[in-house]
Amino acid sequence: MKIHIRGGRLIDPKSGIDAQRDVFIAAGKVVAIGDAPHDFHANRVIEAGGLVICPGLIDLSARLREPGFEYMATLESEMHAAVAGGVTSLVCPPDTDPPLDEPGLVEMLRHRARNLHQARVFPLGALTQKLEGQRLTEMAELHDAGCIAFSQADAPLTDSNVLLRAMQYASTFGFTVWLRPQDSFLARDGVAHDGEVASRLGLAGIPACAESIAIARILLLMKETGAKVHLCRLSTRDGVDMVREAKRQGLPLTCDIGVHHAHLSEMDIGYFDSNCHVIPPFRSLRDRDALRAGLKDGTIDAICSDHAPVDDDAKLLPFAESEAGVTGLELLLPLTLKWARDMGVELPQAIARLTTEPARVLALNKGVLAPGLNADLCIFDPEECWKVVPRALRSQGKNTPFQNVELAGRVKYTLVEGAVVYEAGEAKAS
Amino acid sequence: MAFLSRNPQLNQHGELQHLLTIEGLNAGMLRHILDTAESFVSVSEREVKKIPLLRGKSIFNLFFEPSTRTRTTFEIAAKRLSADVINLNINASSQSKGETVLDTVDNLAAMQADMFIVRHGQSGAAHFIAGHVSPHIHVVNAGDGRHAHPTQGLLDMYTIRHFKREFHNLRVAIVGDVLHSRVARSQIHALTTLGVPEVRVIAPKTLLPAQVERMGVQVYHDMAQGLKDVDVVIMLRLQNERMRGALLPSAQEYFKSYGLTQDKLALARPDAIVMHPGPMNRGVEIDSDVADGRQSVILPQVTFGIAVHMAVMSILAGSKQ
Repeated sequence: MKIHIRGGRLIDPKSGIDAQRDVFIAAGKVVAIGDAPHDFHANRVIEAGGLVICPGLIDLSARLREPGFEYMATLESEMHAAVAGGVTSLVCPPDTDPPLDEPGLVEMLRHRARNLHQARVFPLGALTQKLEGQRLTEMAELHDAGCIAFSQADAPLTDSNVLLRAMQYASTFGFTVWLRPQDSFLARDGVAHDGEVASRLGLAGIPACAESIAIARILLLMKETGAKVHLCRLSTRDGVDMVREAKRQGLPLTCDIGVHHAHLSEMDIGYFDSNCHVIPPFRSLRDRDALRAGLKDGTIDAICSDHAPVDDDAKLLPFAESEAGVTGLELLLPLTLKWARDMGVELPQAIARLTTEPARVLALNKGVLAPGLNADLCIFDPEECWKVVPRALRSQGKNTPFQNVELAGRVKYTLVEGAVVYEAGEAKAS
Repeated sequence: MAFLSRNPQLNQHGELQHLLTIEGLNAGMLRHILDTAESFVSVSEREVKKIPLLRGKSIFNLFFEPSTRTRTTFEIAAKRLSADVINLNINASSQSKGETVLDTVDNLAAMQADMFIVRHGQSGAAHFIAGHVSPHIHVVNAGDGRHAHPTQGLLDMYTIRHFKREFHNLRVAIVGDVLHSRVARSQIHALTTLGVPEVRVIAPKTLLPAQVERMGVQVYHDMAQGLKDVDVVIMLRLQNERMRGALLPSAQEYFKSYGLTQDKLALARPDAIVMHPGPMNRGVEIDSDVADGRQSVILPQVTFGIAVHMAVMSILAGSKQ
C-alpha cells in the first residue's frame, strides 16, 4: 500500500519542520517528505489541505482493562478509542487482574494487542509481585517479554526498603522505575484534594503533602541508587517545584501529568460529580496553574490521557464510593490543544508533549516523522469544534467531566505502520 | 472550567424541590422555613395533634445509617401532617448483598413514594439520590456523611431565634469535632446566611477541616478565648472512635481542654444559651451540670425540631413540580 498525503501542514517537533509538506508512505514506512520519490505511484491519496500531519501520539498511560476488568472495557474497544484519538503507541500500567507481574501475561497481552492491528502497546511490568509492595518481580524476564519499564501503578509501596531495593535492582539493568508519588498513609481514605471544597462537601481529603513527601523520598532514593525514575501524574505546585529543582541538579528524572489536570480543579467537583473522582485528585486552582506552567517550561515532560474507562454503574454511586478515573484517549489531543491555546504555546511545542517528549521518556525512536521510520502518524483538523457526547465516544468508558464541552481539534486519520487504522466518519476495522 | 449546573435543590420556579444542604439557600428561604415552623408549634400543643396538609402522601424514611432521634422526629412530624410514614432501616448487610443505593431507591419510587427522608454514611448521597429520582419525588437530607444535616441546622436556628430573637447581633461558638461533623457544616452555613456577624469554631487542629476559615468562621484553639463574650455555645458530639488514636490522645484530655464546664461557660455572656445536637457524651464534651443547667436549651431543641421538620416537609410538598 502506497499512500500520498497531500497538502497538509506537517509538524514534526523533532526535526523542527512546520510547513506544508507532502508525505509519501510505502511498505509501512515513510519513504519521502516533500517531493515524491521516483516511480512512486500512490494507491491512495489522502487530501490533507487545512489539516495538520504529525507523528502518531504516544500516550504514557492508558488502561485497557485486560486482563481482569473486561466488564469495564475490552482491549478491542480501547484500542479503537486510541486510534480515534490519534494515539499510535500507548503505555499500559500493570494494575490489571492479575497484575502484569509474569512474562506469560505480558506476552499474551502484547499478542492480543498485535492481532488487533491498531495502536502499539507497551506494557509496564509490575515493580513488585501482585503489586503488593513486598517482593520484586522478575524484571529482566519481564523486560524480555516486552515490558518497557516497571511500575507500582496506584498500589502503595510503603516499605522504603523495598522501594530502595526495587530501584537498585531496576537500575542494575538500566530499567526506568515509574512511580506515582503519593504517601499512602496521608492519602488513606481520601477521595478529594484536602482543601476548601473537600472541607465544604465533607469529603475525606488527600493533602498536597502526600505527593511532595513521596517525591522527597523518591528523589533521595534516586541519589542513593542512581535509578532512573519517571514520576506519573503530578498534581501539586510543590511537586512541580521539586521536580524542577531535581532536574536542575541533573537527576535522571522525567514526569507527566494527566491532561485533565491541566484544566480542572477541586472546584469542578461541583455537586459531587463522580466524574471528577480521579487519582490523584483535582487540586486547587493554584496547583492547576502550576501544572500548566510546568508543562510550558518543560519541567513536565509529557501529557498523557491517564485513560481509565469505568462502567456507568461504578460511577453511579455517592462520590466516595464511585470508582476513580476518567476516560481520556479521545480527548487527549483536543484538551492538549486547549491548554496550548490558553497558555499561548505554539502548536509544535504542544505536539511535542504528545510525541517526541513521551518517546524520550520511553527511550524509543518514535514520535518522529522521517524517511526510513515507521509511518505512525496522526492527521487532524486543529480548528474543527465538536461537542463531547459521552455516548459517541468509542471507548467503553463514558466517564468524562468534559461532557457537553465544546473542544477544538479533531482527528481525521490515524495511520499505524502505513495502514489507515482510523478515518473520521467511518469505523474502519484494520 | 467550571460547569456547575443550577442548584439541584431548586425547581425551575426557584422553589425548594429538595432539601439537601443549607449552602446555596438564601436568608429569605431560611426565614420562610423558620416562620412556617413557628406556625406549626401550636399544633403540637393541641389535643388533636394533627393537620391534614400531607394527607394521602407517602413518606419513606430511608436510613442507611442508624439513627433514633432524627428518624423519630421526622416520623412524628410526618404523622402530624397526616402523611403515611414507612420506616426503612437499610443496614450494612443488605447493602453488602449487592443492591446499590439506586436500586433501593428505584424500588421504593415504584411504590409511589412522594418523599424520601435519607440518611447515608457517604457525603453527597442525598444529592446523588435527588439527582436520580423522578421529578415528583422530594428528597430531604437527614444527614450525609460529613457533609450536611440541614434540618438539624434549621432547628438550631429556630432555637437560637426563639431565645435570642435576632441573628445580626450575635456571637456564636461551635465547639468540638468540626472535621467529621455534618451538623457543624450546616450550622455554619445557616448562621452566616442569616447574618450572624461572628461565628467561631473552637477545636484542636486535628478536628478542623482544611481551610475551614474559608467557610466564614473564626478559628480558635483555646476554649477560654473562644468562649469569651459569646451569646450561643453549640457543643458537638465526639464520636467514640475519635477519642483515642491519631486525632486525640484520650477522652480525658479532650474534656480537660474542650469539654464545657460551668467554669468555662462563665466566660460567655451571662445570658448565653448552650446547645447540643445530641446524643450527648456527658463528661466528654459536656459536663452534666451544664447539660442540665439553666442555660441549656438542649431539650427545647428537640421540641422545636418537630415543628421545623413539619415546616420542611410541608414546604417541599407544596412546591410545584
